[in-house]
Amino acid sequence: MTDEEIYQGLAGLFDDVFEYEGAIGPETVAADVEGWDSVGHIRLMLACEQAFGCRFEPKEVVGLQNVGELVAMIRRKTA
Amino acid sequence: MEPIANLGWLRVPPGDFAARVKALKLAEGDISGPLRALAGYRLDANQLQRLARIVEAARSRKGALAGLTPLKLGILSNATTDFIVPAVVGSGLRHGLVIECVTGSYGQFMQDSLDPASPVNRAGCDAVLLAIDSRGFALQPPVGVAAEEHVALEAALKALDAMRAGLSAHCPTIIAQSLVSRPETLLGSYDALLPGAETHVVAAFNAALAEHCAESSMTLFDVAGLASRIGTDRWHDPTAWNLAQQPFAHELIPAYAEGLARLLAAIRGKSRKALVLDLDNTCWSGVIGDDGIEGINLAPGDPVGEAHLALQAYTLRLRECGVVLAVSSKNTDSIARQVFREHPDMLLREEHIAVFQANWTDKVSNLAEIAKALNLGLDSLVFVDDNPAERELVRQQLPQVAVPELPDSPALYVRTLAAAGYFEAVGLSDEDRARARFYADNAKRVAVQAAAGGIDDYLRSLDMVISFAPFDERGRARITQLINKSNQFNLTTRRYSEAEVAALSTDPSVTTMQVRLMDKFGDNGMISTVICRDRGSEREIDTWLMSCRVLGRRVEEAVLAALVRGARARGIARLIGVYRPTERNGIVADHYQKLGFAPSSPVRPDEARWALDLADMCDLDFPDVFSEILYEAAESVEVVE
Repeated sequence: MTDEEIYQGLAGLFDDVFEYEGAIGPETVAADVEGWDSVGHIRLMLACEQAFGCRFEPKEVVGLQNVGELVAMIRRKTA
Repeated sequence: MEPIANLGWLRVPPGDFAARVKALKLAEGDISGPLRALAGYRLDANQLQRLARIVEAARSRKGALAGLTPLKLGILSNATTDFIVPAVVGSGLRHGLVIECVTGSYGQFMQDSLDPASPVNRAGCDAVLLAIDSRGFALQPPVGVAAEEHVALEAALKALDAMRAGLSAHCPTIIAQSLVSRPETLLGSYDALLPGAETHVVAAFNAALAEHCAESSMTLFDVAGLASRIGTDRWHDPTAWNLAQQPFAHELIPAYAEGLARLLAAIRGKSRKALVLDLDNTCWSGVIGDDGIEGINLAPGDPVGEAHLALQAYTLRLRECGVVLAVSSKNTDSIARQVFREHPDMLLREEHIAVFQANWTDKVSNLAEIAKALNLGLDSLVFVDDNPAERELVRQQLPQVAVPELPDSPALYVRTLAAAGYFEAVGLSDEDRARARFYADNAKRVAVQAAAGGIDDYLRSLDMVISFAPFDERGRARITQLINKSNQFNLTTRRYSEAEVAALSTDPSVTTMQVRLMDKFGDNGMISTVICRDRGSEREIDTWLMSCRVLGRRVEEAVLAALVRGARARGIARLIGVYRPTERNGIVADHYQKLGFAPSSPVRPDEARWALDLADMCDLDFPDVFSEILYEAAESVEVVE
């Protein structure tokens, strides 16, 4: 899966989970998105697992710093 | 499958669900109706949260939620409630509730219960849910010591009762949850006998809790029952707990929230009271009017028959719980009742049915009459029908009526209906149980008023494509089958063999027509057949039959328009219609009169003749309910509209 496809998928998920319709890029962090708190983070991870058909380990879930890292993880998991 | 975990009785949400929810942000006035309609779909946790956000925004706007019943719910838990709360709010809408949740502090459920000044006790809650699982009660006595287990159980029940007492001073309804034992066993089957093993402790706790609820004023939310129906292997997700203190699998949040919302609705008296059953292909397999009493299938031992019998048996058990049963079927009354009176395998009998509506009127009018006859609101009715078009019609015209989606396989009808939990109760009085019997021996047939308005709008929404073509080789087997099987919508009941049907196609004095109908639910296939014979300038309709499945779709009018078109192109002056009455075809006695034919001679006792003069007529318009009309004359295909 290309990064472009992953970003496209994420845009839909950010709408589903946070109703966030703004732009997202590698530097986007939790503070940029309303509702992306610890509970929102879990919801986002669940949505990603379902949408991209992969499983994340708890340590992976808690270690993410920004959207760029999330995209890299999804790319790795779906390769 | 798995209708309990997946909310299988609800429809899959439309593709524009998110857009429709967003549109409500800007809506003015009362948005209760659209909110409730959107909540009626099979929603995941994110979709439920979308609805919950709209509710939060609308709370401050006066009258925005006026059509919903407010309910303030306190939730005390040893786990996180952050994931559950929005799902509970969204699911409440499905049941006409606008729920406001007040949560306690994390892990402080005991203090929050006992302290009169705690947020939950000060909020003036209508109900408080004690969402405490086995981790919260610390039910881990040493293994193998019965006395230790007893002590631990006593302590847990005492703690629960203390919470109940503390909360009762401030809130009328306290709801306790049964516990779900985790699937990690110690010694396998022996755990069920082993004091201290979670399987054993939790079973004992739940039994004691049920007894306690029966004696006290506490209400039970049987989460253990819900989880066991779904499966504890799926229910418990250690990662969800370790990562987020979510007490069960995230994917089951909609099922849990629905279970709770349903219970709250029952507390508010919003459960359904009557079950309205379709007959053909719902209570039995087959069409009684066409297949006859010998031809329908509800045979014990037969895989299809058993499925329909199971539905009958289940509805009878519901009746014992006070659920009133009614029938709404497109049938001739006497033919439908004959099955209830004479079929040896029927479990349902006339005396079980409070209102028996077998007629040819649309089901919307019938359901309205049933509600009236029972003196119940439409929001007390559940309507079970295998036909998706009928379900859609009722949903569109009578959104208050609950209409479960049914799976293709009748074997799963009971599972799906039960999963919907329409008859959730918090008690069952003698009066409740007598309710259904109150209507016994009173199987009424209520006069039905003229068809309800808006039917054409509904028909247009079906995206019907109708096509007309002369008989051809490809359709011949089905044409022959229709000619020899149709009894009800059949004007002359003339039977022809396949060879005779083939010969008709080559006879120059004969005009044939096969009619197919597709709609958004799928292809109904060939649904009508017409054979005409020319005599000079007259064209006599030798055979006209139609599948009763598509009754009420204005197909007859379209067929007439096609007949007139074909006849006029050939310079025919008169169409002659013939009705030959039989025991089964009473529904078409007025067929030609309704279509504008005039009585014609000769008058004979065994047939009525009708005529339509074409000389001064233009082509008839096709009814404007079809999205596409494919009219094939002998050689060419012409697309109308």
